[in-house]
Amino acid sequence: MRLAACLLLLSGFFISLAALVLLPALGIRFAFVGAGLGVEALGAWLLTLAHRPAAAKEPER
Amino acid sequence: MNTPIVAAPYPEFSLLLCLGCVMLVPLAAAGLALIHQGLGRSRSAAHAMLATLCALAIAAIFTVAFGFSWAVGGDAAHSFTAGGAHWDWLGSAPFFAGGIHFYSTDVDALAPTLKLCLLLFAAGLAAIPALSAGTDRWRLGPACLATALLAAFLFPLFAHWAWGGGWLTQLDANFHIPRFIDAGGAAVIQVVGGLMAVSVAWITGPRRGKFADDGMPAAIPGHNIVLVLFGCMLALVGWIGLDSAASILFYSAGPQQVAGTIINAMLAASAGCLAAVALTRARYRKPDASLSANGWIAGLVAGSAACAMVSPVAAIDTGAIAGVLVTYMIELAELRLQVDDPGGAVSVHAGAGLWGLIAVGLFGHFAEGTRPAHLLTQMVGVAALLGFMLPLLYGANLLLNRIMPYRVDNDGDWQGMDIRELGAGAYPEFVVHADEFVPR
Repeated sequence: MRLAACLLLLSGFFISLAALVLLPALGIRFAFVGAGLGVEALGAWLLTLAHRPAAAKEPER
Repeated sequence: MNTPIVAAPYPEFSLLLCLGCVMLVPLAAAGLALIHQGLGRSRSAAHAMLATLCALAIAAIFTVAFGFSWAVGGDAAHSFTAGGAHWDWLGSAPFFAGGIHFYSTDVDALAPTLKLCLLLFAAGLAAIPALSAGTDRWRLGPACLATALLAAFLFPLFAHWAWGGGWLTQLDANFHIPRFIDAGGAAVIQVVGGLMAVSVAWITGPRRGKFADDGMPAAIPGHNIVLVLFGCMLALVGWIGLDSAASILFYSAGPQQVAGTIINAMLAASAGCLAAVALTRARYRKPDASLSANGWIAGLVAGSAACAMVSPVAAIDTGAIAGVLVTYMIELAELRLQVDDPGGAVSVHAGAGLWGLIAVGLFGHFAEGTRPAHLLTQMVGVAALLGFMLPLLYGANLLLNRIMPYRVDNDGDWQGMDIRELGAGAYPEFVVHADEFVPR
């Protein structure tokens, strides 16, 4: 879960960079950089969930 | 491939003004140190202050040794070309500040020396939020090791991107959008420090007794709110110096902009504090002193992204929104996400810092470029912080935790870090912890 979260964070970053490199128009760049930030937010959320004390206790049960 | 960094010309008066401003920056560290030790438990107060001193010392040494050369120092940088764009990602000046002429009487030699001076304090400031997030449980040795890595490589990496002529400052040349703006270090210092803090909070886990089995948090109030509030005032002075010095050195601000920076810093802090006072008064019937202190610092953090590039009214808006945001973010982190962050450092430094960066795009006054283009640039900076710096900082801390475990053992958690790691308490004559004598 932690690895997946980190990969999501990196994916979001590269989506944002790809938008700058590949797309010329400001509007569509906005959309893709926004999407990249959305993916990053998902990654950060997953990473937080992976570190909740309750989640950490689950394998012991 | 090495490429030259274009040096900005500085008027002599601006450099002298900057010299005065840099001297104030250590007060920001003193203020943050008082805040985070005051919001921790009394049984870890001396440890918290010593850890801050050690972090400042290590950050200074490692910045001079390695960090500066990778951040802004020198005439060359590591870069590569991809996708038709030029990606300048790391400085490559000589280590141990070899490129600085300390004995020169030429005024042109002063600018790089001032940059080194500012960066060695800035790296120390970036280390403090993590100490706050790990209060009461992060051991001194691993904290020093993590600070060394932060100051030597992690902090300089983003400092180069945003301040040292890196790719975020070359967005105009490569992608025809304005350069990324971080005039006072909201991204370079505060968000990087805040992301380091959340990594440490995740890895060390919550303090013993903080969360019940059902996930409900227990209140562990700070032990000295007077020190916390005094720390806020000290931090204001340091922040004024920090914002002004960074604006002069990295954005060629003149005396008029420095005056604007001072006004905006005070206004943003005031608005952040008053917003938190009003919000906590409305929600809990009485103002919450620790959340109000966090609102003050959040205003300073958010306002430091734009400094003088926004009007005073926009600085008030930025600070007020930061104060409100931080109040809710601290609650969200504790109640919903179960992140034990005793000083609220993650919300204050990372949360308010990210908001400040976006606020530049929303409220800034720019000579060139449209507002949507500036907003896009700031979003790219935020994407770089969350998408690249967060996994890098988290991975580095995870690795260090394997080498030298971060968390103190259970007995140390109960005894407090002062007795466990220093052998003596901060307040030996005044405080007795009854639970230390309860059989476990």
